[in-house]
Amino acid sequence: MFKHWKQGLVGAVAAATLTLPLAAAGALSDDKIKIGVLSDMSGVYKSLEGPGAVIAAQMAIEDFGGSVMGKPIEIISADHQNKPDIGASTAREWIDAKEVDMITALDNSSVALSVQGLAKDKKIITMNTGAGTTALTEEQCSPYGIHYVYDTHALPVGTATAMVKNGGKRWFFITADYAFGHSLRDNTGAVVESLGGEVVGNVNAPLSTNDFSSYLLQAQSSGADVIGLANAGQDTVNAIKQANQFRIVQSGQKLAGMLVFITDVHSMGLDIAQGLQFTTAFVWNQNDETRAWSERFHERHGAMPTMVHAGVYSAVTHYLEAVKETGTDDSDTVRAKLGEMTLNDMFVKGGKIAPNGSMLHDMYLVEVKKPSESNSEWDLLNVISKIPADQAYISMADTKCSLVN
Amino acid sequence: MSMQVILAQALLGLNVGVFYAMLSLGLAVIFGLLNIINFAHGAMYMLGAFIALIGYSFLEQWFGISVQIGFWASLILVPLLVGLLGVTIERLLLRRLYDLDHIYGLLLTFGITLILQGLFSNYFNVSGTPYPGQPESLSGVVDLGFMYFPTYRLFAIVFSLVVCFATWFFIEHTKLGSRLRAGVENPDLTQAFGLNVPLMITLTFAFGAGLAGLAGVLAAPIYSVSPLMGADLIIVVFAVVVIGGMGSIMGAILSGLALGLVEGLTKVFYPPAASTVIFFLMVLVLLFRPAGLFGKEK
Amino acid sequence: MTNRILFIIMLVAGLTAPLYAYPVFVMDLLCFALFACAFNLLLGYAGLLSFGHAAFFGGAAYITGYVTKEWGFTPLLGVLAGAGFALVIGTVFGFLAIRRQGIYFAMVTLALAQIIYFLALQMPFTGGENGLQGIPRGHLFGLIDLNNSLAMYYFVFAIFLIGFGIIYRTINSPFGEVLQAIRENESRALSLGYDVDHFKLLAFVISATLAGLAGATKAIIFQFAALTNAHWQTSGEVILMTLVGGLGTVFGPVLGAITVGALSHELSAFGSWVQVILGTIFVVCVMVFRRGIIGEIQRLASRKQG
Repeated sequence: MFKHWKQGLVGAVAAATLTLPLAAAGALSDDKIKIGVLSDMSGVYKSLEGPGAVIAAQMAIEDFGGSVMGKPIEIISADHQNKPDIGASTAREWIDAKEVDMITALDNSSVALSVQGLAKDKKIITMNTGAGTTALTEEQCSPYGIHYVYDTHALPVGTATAMVKNGGKRWFFITADYAFGHSLRDNTGAVVESLGGEVVGNVNAPLSTNDFSSYLLQAQSSGADVIGLANAGQDTVNAIKQANQFRIVQSGQKLAGMLVFITDVHSMGLDIAQGLQFTTAFVWNQNDETRAWSERFHERHGAMPTMVHAGVYSAVTHYLEAVKETGTDDSDTVRAKLGEMTLNDMFVKGGKIAPNGSMLHDMYLVEVKKPSESNSEWDLLNVISKIPADQAYISMADTKCSLVN
Repeated sequence: MSMQVILAQALLGLNVGVFYAMLSLGLAVIFGLLNIINFAHGAMYMLGAFIALIGYSFLEQWFGISVQIGFWASLILVPLLVGLLGVTIERLLLRRLYDLDHIYGLLLTFGITLILQGLFSNYFNVSGTPYPGQPESLSGVVDLGFMYFPTYRLFAIVFSLVVCFATWFFIEHTKLGSRLRAGVENPDLTQAFGLNVPLMITLTFAFGAGLAGLAGVLAAPIYSVSPLMGADLIIVVFAVVVIGGMGSIMGAILSGLALGLVEGLTKVFYPPAASTVIFFLMVLVLLFRPAGLFGKEK
Repeated sequence: MTNRILFIIMLVAGLTAPLYAYPVFVMDLLCFALFACAFNLLLGYAGLLSFGHAAFFGGAAYITGYVTKEWGFTPLLGVLAGAGFALVIGTVFGFLAIRRQGIYFAMVTLALAQIIYFLALQMPFTGGENGLQGIPRGHLFGLIDLNNSLAMYYFVFAIFLIGFGIIYRTINSPFGEVLQAIRENESRALSLGYDVDHFKLLAFVISATLAGLAGATKAIIFQFAALTNAHWQTSGEVILMTLVGGLGTVFGPVLGAITVGALSHELSAFGSWVQVILGTIFVVCVMVFRRGIIGEIQRLASRKQG
């Protein structure tokens, strides 16, 4: 842990010295581009986004050349502690007093909603890579808000469909008790019911719960076929581990992690996690391009990237490209440009940012390998199928976003 | 609601209850002799869990010592270490505050809580790090008929009960215990009889702290080890103490166990109230029996 | 005399602050300063340590947020509604807590505050973990747009001055003197025929209401009511502010709030080390610096005169 702390410090220093002073004139409002990375640096979502997101953003800036139109690109980062008020007041100060041009990461739906709402008033682009709730692009959509990596509509399409088709008709949910969990539970429930399944019960667990045993026993006594975990990060890991301790799976019920990251699988271990199916936007060892980037990331971060880390890299890169091509940091112009671009890099192929802010791209249904199938520490997933973008995301015909209809 | 569910949740409630009991017992012992509410009691519990975790997983990585301290060794070593910290705090800091208003003791220990909590938050994730050192012999599952229950949790319940009742027996039924009680009742007179009261106070504080550390080691394999684990617990334990009253050791133990059960059963009948039921009971006790169920007003 | 000079300094600094500081941050400090002053009324002048004042501060914020957002209350009415709520729960808490004394009093208030915290977490209108977002700043008297940050600032400063004034008047009234007599020697006050419980309860209610006023104002500034404000750690912070500035002094809590607030803000990049530093300050204050900054200054001043 001391090691990680030192790495963090080195990272922070590197970020501070990244400011490359260059001459040439441009139409940037304050003679620089400043990107804010607002993430959970200390809690339940630290390993899936957190300090790794700062590294991913730094890599994007370095790969871009460190400057745009001859002006420096800077990073500022902070810990929102999963508290929406802290997130919002940090963002407010960044925008009012620190000249931040774009805010990314935001791996907590409550925080994301509050920051996106504020940024909408202040006309600042947010590129959300970490939060899940579809409210960001539906009921509370913003002309400056972009939802980049996944949402709670895309997650159950593959996972829940596969579970129901394999006979898991009756579902019981253990739900993280805030915007993200509620949204994921509702959207998953809708998929289950549309396929002829049934939701038999639900229990809300506070964010960052250590002991899931009483919730798991409730789920067990409900007689459901599937226990759907509408939570994420450390919460999912704890729930799955404790289900194993209480022999829930051995007693005949299946667990469905509705949002699982590769770091979660790594921390549970294959013995416990094997066979688990979930939906992701990115698999690090899918092809040579992803592997090359992921190994560079691993070298700096000490762990392989989650889909969110790769998403931060991709989002920052495309934002900088849009600034470069339009020659301005004016949010309306840049957002319009982003809407015209077709996004292609190691993370996304043929992605499009829809008018409601949703970045439409393909997702993958994956399964955790058996211990015997794994060749290395991070070789953990098999891709089962691709979920095309038009199935994964809400179509512009159906969106409730007021910007579209 | 089936009987099976009620029994299962009751057992889980008891599982929580033994931790309430151990912590409120330590608080009661310290309060009895020093008249101080040790806010840092939760932090000592957290510290206990962290020492066990560090001893098992991080000694080599951090300090280059290639030793691994297992669970059983931790169960003995950790309370001693936390007790030693208790001695330091009592001798260096608390002792100077005895002549002042007792709230200064509370404020001091609150400050210590912030320091310990902040220190560990720097190096460990606030949502918890798993303790991997649970002994192989306790890793199985027991089929209780109405449910499968992890062997380790059963062990934690039994072990804590033994510790609680041994403490009660020691204080209420041994010679040393009776001297201790005399020190509580009348420190000046006890001193006059040639007993070293300051030493007794130090050892009592250390004992209370050690008890919290022991609870921390026991909790480590069940809950993830987190810098906030003590803070979340200690406020509930305060309510337990107000309900039980500070008067008796047995009162602290019984109210801890009972309130754990109550909380577990609330989860069956009305889950949203599970986190508040103890506080509402506290309000009722304050209204109808202000000194607490087992307490005598001081 | 010293008080008059300090008051003029405070007034000038408050009026000119937006010229050289980030106004939202100064507004935040003002809320905490008022909160600490309200807390000081109870601990510094009545000798009662409440460990649950976050319930009033945070609870009022939710009520203010709700009535302005859902019922369209004007900002001023919203703030008053929040303070009114704090008055009501302050009365209930006070009634229960004064049944116990000393550290029991502290534990009871802490546990009662925890009920408010869990209610805030679970009741539907508060938004739980999400908090109550998007509270409108609105128009003062239907005229002045508070979205203008200067207008907002002077509105907050006016509320602070009113709250501060009420506390100052209370302390220097006969009521305040009886409170201090109770703090010095409760049984003597009792034997002089004062209804001690009645005085304590009244002090508790005033303190709770003004703490609520501070929290309500904060909700309008940040357009947000959140769990953080109702958390026990906030109760701890306000104790620290009061202690650092000077317990039982008029200006101590203001100075303490500024010191602790600025320190936390400046050091926020260091993550949890802030907590370690605050904890250390706590310990140092309790061990060797019990008078606080203003208290020490007053002691030195009186020594010079004597």
